[in-house]
Amino acid sequence: MSQETEVIEKQDVVIRFSGDSGDGMQLTGQQFSDTAALFGNDVSTFPDYPAEIRAPQGTVGGVSGFQVHIGDEHVTTPGDYADVLVAMNPAALKANLRWVKKAGTIIVDTDAFTDKHLEKAGYAANPLTDHSLEDYNVVAVDITKLTLEALKETGLDQKSMLRCKNMFALGMTYWMFERSVEHSEAFLDMKFAKKPAIAAANKLVLRAGYNYAANVHALAVHFKVAPAAIEKGKYRTITGNKATAWGLLAAAEKAGLPLFCGSYPITPATDILHELALRRDLGAKTYQAEDEIGGICTAIGASYAGNFAVTTTSGPGLALKTEACGLAVMAELPLVIVDVQRGGPSTGLPTKTEQADLMQALYGRNGESPMPVIAASTSGNCFDYAFMAGKIALEHMTPVILLTDGFLANGAQPWLIPSMAKLPEIKLRIAKEGDDYHPYARDPETLARTWALPGTKGLEHRIGGLEKMNITGNISYVPENHQVMTDLRAEKVERIANDIPLQEVYGNPDGGEVLVVGWGGTYGHLYSAVKELRKEGKDVSLTHFNYINPLPRNTKEIFARYKKIIVCELNLGQFASYLRSKCPGFEFLQCNKVAGLPFTVAEVKEKVGQLFN
Amino acid sequence: MYTAKDFKSDQEVRWCPGCGDHGIIMAVQKAMAELDYPKESWAIISGIGCSSRFPYYMNAYGFHTIHGRAAAIASGAKNANRKLNILQISGDGDALAIGGNHFIHVIRRNVDMTILLFNNEIYGLTKGQYSPTTKLGTKTKTSPYGTIEHPFNPGELAIGAQSKFFARSIDTNVALTAEVLETAVKHKGTSVVEVLQNCVIFADGAHSAITDKEMKEDRQLILHHGQPMIFGKNKDKGLRLDKTGKLEVVEIGKNGITVDDILVHDAHNPNPFLHWMLVNMKAPEFPVALGVIREVEAHTYDEALDEQIEQVKKISDIHCMDDLLNSGDTWEVD
Repeated sequence: MSQETEVIEKQDVVIRFSGDSGDGMQLTGQQFSDTAALFGNDVSTFPDYPAEIRAPQGTVGGVSGFQVHIGDEHVTTPGDYADVLVAMNPAALKANLRWVKKAGTIIVDTDAFTDKHLEKAGYAANPLTDHSLEDYNVVAVDITKLTLEALKETGLDQKSMLRCKNMFALGMTYWMFERSVEHSEAFLDMKFAKKPAIAAANKLVLRAGYNYAANVHALAVHFKVAPAAIEKGKYRTITGNKATAWGLLAAAEKAGLPLFCGSYPITPATDILHELALRRDLGAKTYQAEDEIGGICTAIGASYAGNFAVTTTSGPGLALKTEACGLAVMAELPLVIVDVQRGGPSTGLPTKTEQADLMQALYGRNGESPMPVIAASTSGNCFDYAFMAGKIALEHMTPVILLTDGFLANGAQPWLIPSMAKLPEIKLRIAKEGDDYHPYARDPETLARTWALPGTKGLEHRIGGLEKMNITGNISYVPENHQVMTDLRAEKVERIANDIPLQEVYGNPDGGEVLVVGWGGTYGHLYSAVKELRKEGKDVSLTHFNYINPLPRNTKEIFARYKKIIVCELNLGQFASYLRSKCPGFEFLQCNKVAGLPFTVAEVKEKVGQLFN
Repeated sequence: MYTAKDFKSDQEVRWCPGCGDHGIIMAVQKAMAELDYPKESWAIISGIGCSSRFPYYMNAYGFHTIHGRAAAIASGAKNANRKLNILQISGDGDALAIGGNHFIHVIRRNVDMTILLFNNEIYGLTKGQYSPTTKLGTKTKTSPYGTIEHPFNPGELAIGAQSKFFARSIDTNVALTAEVLETAVKHKGTSVVEVLQNCVIFADGAHSAITDKEMKEDRQLILHHGQPMIFGKNKDKGLRLDKTGKLEVVEIGKNGITVDDILVHDAHNPNPFLHWMLVNMKAPEFPVALGVIREVEAHTYDEALDEQIEQVKKISDIHCMDDLLNSGDTWEVD
């Protein structure tokens, strides 16, 4: 305790808060993240929580974690390993020790290390006393007792007092990172505006934690992370799910159409529905359907009647929506289908991340059923790709699948607030009264048909899931016509390539030794790995895909410039297989992981580094 | 002013000769002409099955969708544009088997649309398998020894799902079908119209117990709100409640029974108890109830959605996306 405090200036620090799923660790981590962002650090966060709302207390399965990565330059991942772990009980320590750097700091609540809790966590001996943590800087604090002590005058009941102990830990970390408690105090006042006694108690404990750390010099290390040099402008924190919801709303506003979202709750996509349900003020119509099929079908009905329609789901839900996806392909109606991917197959790992729905998105329908597929690659750009999904759907008269994943959906980052005036226009293809209307006549450039909205005088027509005669849309079983229509539907999707940006390369765009290929939510980790390898002198570049079907027009040209190509993805090689079929003649090496977790930068570096041996 | 002919499309009608659907489409076109709503306001949305070919034969906006999902698609269309008159066409397999979930939930929500349920007690388009309304013991291709499952009564299911409007007609009675359809379309909320329809190929005579010329007047009770429940060739039979609270058939003029003893139909009663007993009446013990059995006013989902949007717009500080993007916790980086 009498140690002098060592001040370490770092470019970036990773801190992980962990405890029982009811301990408020998500909120604690989010507060730390918001405060760091306000200070000017770049930030990336990742929550890691069990599927059960209240998993058995004190067990490893019930541990909820929240990791925050702060830095003085661009931060693209929540970090592989933690410099600081806050463990509120033995189970949290057990579940997270493997994610702590050697010599890292571990803050524990000693009061939680009782025989009962140690046994529940599966510890034979107390790790705080059996020397197993000698490689770490363990800061053992009686957090529970100190919290109760701080609140003894308040007259609160014991249960309410114990709920404040996460604020003690947060206060300690604020001192440790030289951050002010003010932002969190304001937050607590707002959160508990109707319960001032609870707000006061939480603030008291937050200060108590801060003062305790300052007074007893309990923390041997003290970190300084300077503000990052990030682009000027107005920022906010945003999660991938919120960004997705807002991107969809932005597309609706830009198109001048009401947004209709038919959806069914499913982890980890539900927050999109929550966000949209809040937006009655923007005229958003959310319809919580009776099932996943009802979700997409109400959206198809809304699209038929002229709204900008979307449905949001995760892998199992997309499987249920399959047949209706095919109807939207056949009827050529605009629709955005958001799939927030999670671990599969079947129920799989609902709260964990994966990229294994790619084949389902590309091919998971009966018949020749082409559908554009695009993927967001950061929490923030979920906004941009949700907007683009809407633009493509409305301008090309097609359903579009937008893939995000649990990592992007729940992760948060500071986000430069866009201006609606700067977003591209969305040009609708709606027929007017008096037009010479044919349901399946097409734009010669894009092959998109024209939307005639029910209610428009004189344009009465019939569409449906049966094969239709070209131009007229009447039912047709003529063999040659089916060929024509099948080719047209495929060609229509292919031509979207004319309206999407060219693929870019980070590193050596002119070519070189190794090209790392990624898509979707792995961007941050792949970018960091490539950046670090380049710093070490390796000739490695990255091309990361957001447009999957169709691929950007210059895709093959890029591949041709590199000696080795390695496709990194969180599945067994779905994008690699797709590239083999779309870009024959190249050898696609693979780097795969299916663990319900993002890549670590270290493992990507190792795998890619081996190509230089 | 429209005539029935204005609603006929140029497509060849491909239902089998003698199919009950021909009578139903005539009734629908007649009702639409009578209602005189702008032609472009009609959206006819169907699922899969013989009856679901309906939109192709109508000169109106039409959407032939996928099996079982028409109720959900129709609900989405109505909530997207409340000015539309939505007519959803379904068969007994489409609405009550594969689409059962959407059927009950759209009724529960009370979305303003009309479900026209063609009940022929068989799967026709797939050539003769039993459906959720096939009578117990019926032999079909998938029940060669007779079915061993109890059928749904669509009216009972609808009332169980909190239906506010349920009517029943018969394909051969074009006038009655048109009449109940008009009332159904005018009704604000989900209106279910079951039409007992005859499949001449796979279930011919499924409804013959009540449609046979000899017996039909004794086996059909055509209900009108405010009128006594009287039926029979000589208009001398009626319904009343017995001492145990069950319905019974009585003869007027016998045992001192007069018209005053006969129940008067109250379709507007929110309590569904009597409506439930009426939809469950079966021949030969009882006549089968036809006409508008239940018609109760209630708030609809689509109007509630509209109202909520207007209310929230009034109290919210967020009027456009730029407001939203800049709301809450933000900070400047200089």
